[in-house]
Amino acid sequence: MPRCLAIIPAYNEAASVGDVVRAITAAQPDVGIVVVDDGSSDATAAVAAEAGAAVLRLPFNLGIGGAVQTGYKYAWDNGYDVAIQIDADGQHPPVEMAKVLAPVLSGEADMVIGTRFRGVGDFKSSKARRVGIELFARLVSLIIRERVTDTTSGFRAVNRKGIALFESDYPQDYPEVETQALAHRHGLRLLEVPVEMEERQAGVSSIRAWGSVYYVVKVTLALLIGLFRAPRPLPEEGGH
Amino acid sequence: MAETPLGVSIAATIAAILLLLGVLELVRRRRLREKYALLWIVTALVVLVLSVWRGAVTAIAGYLGVSYGPAVIFAVGAVFVLVVLLHYSTVISALTDRSVLLAQRIAILEQRIDALEESRRDRSPDA
Repeated sequence: MPRCLAIIPAYNEAASVGDVVRAITAAQPDVGIVVVDDGSSDATAAVAAEAGAAVLRLPFNLGIGGAVQTGYKYAWDNGYDVAIQIDADGQHPPVEMAKVLAPVLSGEADMVIGTRFRGVGDFKSSKARRVGIELFARLVSLIIRERVTDTTSGFRAVNRKGIALFESDYPQDYPEVETQALAHRHGLRLLEVPVEMEERQAGVSSIRAWGSVYYVVKVTLALLIGLFRAPRPLPEEGGH
Repeated sequence: MAETPLGVSIAATIAAILLLLGVLELVRRRRLREKYALLWIVTALVVLVLSVWRGAVTAIAGYLGVSYGPAVIFAVGAVFVLVVLLHYSTVISALTDRSVLLAQRIAILEQRIDALEESRRDRSPDA
């Protein structure tokens, strides 16, 4: 039985992170849970620990990329075979975890992205956001020469190969779009599976309106530079 | 081609010498590492040479078709300052990467210490 870890990045999510941890335990009792507290000023860490998760407390706010990567480093250090990323705000229902995990566990794919746009559930979003998501989906599809529909989903699972990659190299600012291109570049087999998502229970999207221009420019630049960037060396089993 | 006015040469020479002395003083007080002082010292020396050696500026200005000779001194100085700034951007990037890595390692180690202490407490209840 492969050991599986749920990575939950959380920044000031005390209102929802406890329920998310308990829901994961209920849906997948064998899955380890680590909450990465990204320098929260509220009780996120205490609530997560109380709910039974291992908690990694970052000494200051690193942003979503740095926080998630901390989870992958923890997964690598502790010998987990599979890692699955879940948002702390409750928009990824733990009952849907099995769908995202299945292709990784069966060996069908190295990285699986749970997507909102493949026919399941009804996902409502602002016009501008849909246009942005579509734009990046096309750009990434072009780069990896494979049709992807949702590059912004943070509901994703990887096997040990993916853990090794993300442990050593993970985009820092707005990582979701870039990671798919990065994984493809390292020869990981990607797969999208349709999942249902909830409206976020609490908190706000890390992508705010005033920052959306910066977001689009930064991610596009990062994607294009990523095509030519020198790769980082990957860790070896047993080494550091 | 007009010669560089003497006043400009003197002012530029003084500025270059002050920059050089300032950088050396910072290194002496250990407030600037030699590694990062090097580019500043080169910048100061190049400006100093162009300020003192007035014929060179006139020649370069004539060759480039620059009508106001002293502009060459400022242009060369500006290019060196840009190189210094770009160098610092790479230094800041490296420092950022390192501080992120340190923060991540601290978080993981802290959790591991907590877990170890807890398991030790469980084993010896009187400790």
